[in-house]
Amino acid sequence: MIEIKIGTATCGNAAGAQKTLEKFQILSKENNNILISETGCIGMCYQEPIVEIFASGKKFLYANVDEKVAEKIFTDHVVHNNPVPENLIAETENEYQFNKQKRIVLRNTGIINPEKLEEYIARGGYEGLKKSLAMTPADVVKVVTDSGLRGRGGAGFSTGMKWKFASDSKNDKKYVICNADEGDPGAFMDRSVLEGDPHAVIEGILICGYAIGANEGYVYCRAEYPLAIKRLLEAIKQAEEKNLLGKNILGTNFSFELHIKEGAGAFVCGEETALMASIEGKRGMPRLRPPFPAVSGLWAKPTNINNVETLACVSYILANGAESFNKYGTEKSKGTKVFALAGKIKNGGLVEVPMGISLKEVIFEIGGGIKDNKKFKAVQMGGPSGGCIPESLINTPVDYESLMATGAIVGSGGMVVVDEDTCMVDVARYFLNFTQTESCGKCTFCRIGTKRMLEILTRICDGKGEDSDVEKLLDLANKVKNASLCGLGQTAPNPILTTLKYFKDEYIAHIRDKKCPAGVCTALIRFDINDKCIGCGACKRACPVAAITGTVKQKHILVQDLCIKCGSCYNVCKFSAVDKG
Amino acid sequence: METNKAKLDQILKEYSGIKGALIPILQKTQESFGYLSQESMGYIANSLKMSAADIYGVATFYTQFRFTPVGKYVIKVCHGTACHVGGIKILDAMLESKLDIKPGETTKDGLFSIQQVACLGCCSLAPVVMISDKTYGKLTNDKLGKIIDQYYTAEKEGKTL
Ligand SMILES: Cc1cc2nc3c(=O)[nH]c(=O)nc-3n(C[C@H](O)[C@H](O)[C@H](O)COP(=O)(O)O)c2cc1C
Ligand code: FES
Repeated sequence: MIEIKIGTATCGNAAGAQKTLEKFQILSKENNNILISETGCIGMCYQEPIVEIFASGKKFLYANVDEKVAEKIFTDHVVHNNPVPENLIAETENEYQFNKQKRIVLRNTGIINPEKLEEYIARGGYEGLKKSLAMTPADVVKVVTDSGLRGRGGAGFSTGMKWKFASDSKNDKKYVICNADEGDPGAFMDRSVLEGDPHAVIEGILICGYAIGANEGYVYCRAEYPLAIKRLLEAIKQAEEKNLLGKNILGTNFSFELHIKEGAGAFVCGEETALMASIEGKRGMPRLRPPFPAVSGLWAKPTNINNVETLACVSYILANGAESFNKYGTEKSKGTKVFALAGKIKNGGLVEVPMGISLKEVIFEIGGGIKDNKKFKAVQMGGPSGGCIPESLINTPVDYESLMATGAIVGSGGMVVVDEDTCMVDVARYFLNFTQTESCGKCTFCRIGTKRMLEILTRICDGKGEDSDVEKLLDLANKVKNASLCGLGQTAPNPILTTLKYFKDEYIAHIRDKKCPAGVCTALIRFDINDKCIGCGACKRACPVAAITGTVKQKHILVQDLCIKCGSCYNVCKFSAVDKG
Repeated sequence: METNKAKLDQILKEYSGIKGALIPILQKTQESFGYLSQESMGYIANSLKMSAADIYGVATFYTQFRFTPVGKYVIKVCHGTACHVGGIKILDAMLESKLDIKPGETTKDGLFSIQQVACLGCCSLAPVVMISDKTYGKLTNDKLGKIIDQYYTAEKEGKTL
């Protein structure tokens, strides 16, 4: 029997995995000796579609398998047992080894078929639940506390302690919520786990329910993740059939009911109190804490809320013991963390590393460095609540405290790497535009403060900045940080504060010299075609707005009024015939 | 409106007795009709014994809900961080000039609407665009242009992609 496994998570599909899948299905139609199956994301999104061939007791991993490559792999490898070296990236008889990585959360993603409960169970799935049910709830909380696990949703609060508060709350009704809102634009680890290993999360929810004494739960998943929702629904159905969910789970007194709630597109609904308002069918506005959810949460009942990744860690920890987790990491940040590498990085995708390794190792050794051999400028961590870390701090270890000291945060684990062609003032404006749009409007400092900061940043990017703007920004930033009601407003100034701290010269260049050093801010740049133009037409074809005219073999002309300054012509020209200034 | 009522009744029945069901009801309604019309919101308000203003208040809070009809295909253009630094604005410009509409608008033939969204979760394949439920990554002007053309071709042949 030969098995062909195709990665069909959203990232795989976006790169064309469905076509690859269809191709293999057609090719192997009349062959009963071939099994075709699907799996989640193995983390190497930049090389999707990825296909694994399991033959003669060995696994072969192939990258960039489009339809043509699929045909070649089928004829050469599947039929004639000759692996195809051009696309082969790994072969092994055991587990794949990932340079410097340790996979706990991602232990099954990209390996098992997420729609088959048997495959999760075959790799030790639901052992954590079985072990928990044989312990007292208090002992389960103790294991989680001993593991040192801290919440992976952003704030990094001790999970064991949070569970203790919820279990100490006396009430006949309690809830567990899994936060799968993943609002940080540029982060996708929760999506991958839900699409690739949904049972790991469901198991974590059940363990939490047992530990705190809850018998009902919700997964709140953002609407932009249709595949994750589909996989979750399927997984819930299967777990119910096997009595892993529902009444008297595995013959015990513990019963649990799990629902899925689909988000409706509001970043602030990732915040726990807003999320609960949204589940209740209201406008998703945060409220003041205390009371904390552990005391009064969903429908005013004690509620424990954890992030997807946190819960996927829990199922591993209960199966393997606190020690199996806390032997990784640093003194205060235990275990491993998944990071989503994106932006101008070569090997974009998901990596899971022990806490405490340096940013440099993550970005340059695992991530392969910067695309097109450009120069590294900064890494943005923590999304709209986070900050930009410059090259001088590239040796910072990735743990909660060290990253916080730079002004950024671990956040949910999104790392967007930017190079010399990225303008840091534009990045700050991008995030402020985001937080300003997403501010729910309940408190004045966030509602108006973000608006005023955005106005200042916009005028700086437009070349209309004034010398006093930097002072004004700092003043507003500190006020919004201190006086906002929820985390959205309290952290919204972070992108401004970090860019001002590490890239002040770029602000000054925009304000005093009316120049954008990275050549991004459209009001401050212009493109012109010079005499080196040989009339090849490449720029004309590349221009998205038909702003370039000219006949073949003659110098082309750029119509300034139509130009949107996207730089497409500059990037495609092979003759240095486009000037940027 | 009669058929609409039947459809709405069916949706409302599915959620009757379930706590906090307003948002899923609105989502299902939008899925069925493409948008939330004033009539459907009024009808839902009556059935749930809520004021229409409350329903409108909830619906307008969330970016997912639309109050005007949309095209057959909604093109969701990612404006997440990775797509922003990965040059999504070039695709924006191309789409706007090719389809002759701005974000939030629908083409005259009713085929396409453009919507800007936060992040589609395929950041390492930036820039990313989603058309209906299909995600397309590592896009260039050229590639996206060809994809749009495929939809036009399918439409001419009477197919739905
Ligand atoms: C504006 C805002 C957005 C948030 N978005 C998310 C999110 O998308 N996912 C998430 O897990 N936590 C998010 N959080 C954090 C949650 O409020 C909460 O702390 C977290 O879900 C707790 O889980 P944990 O302890 O497992 O991290 C957000 C917080 C704020 C203030
Ligand atoms: S930023 Fe575009 S998919 Fe995440």
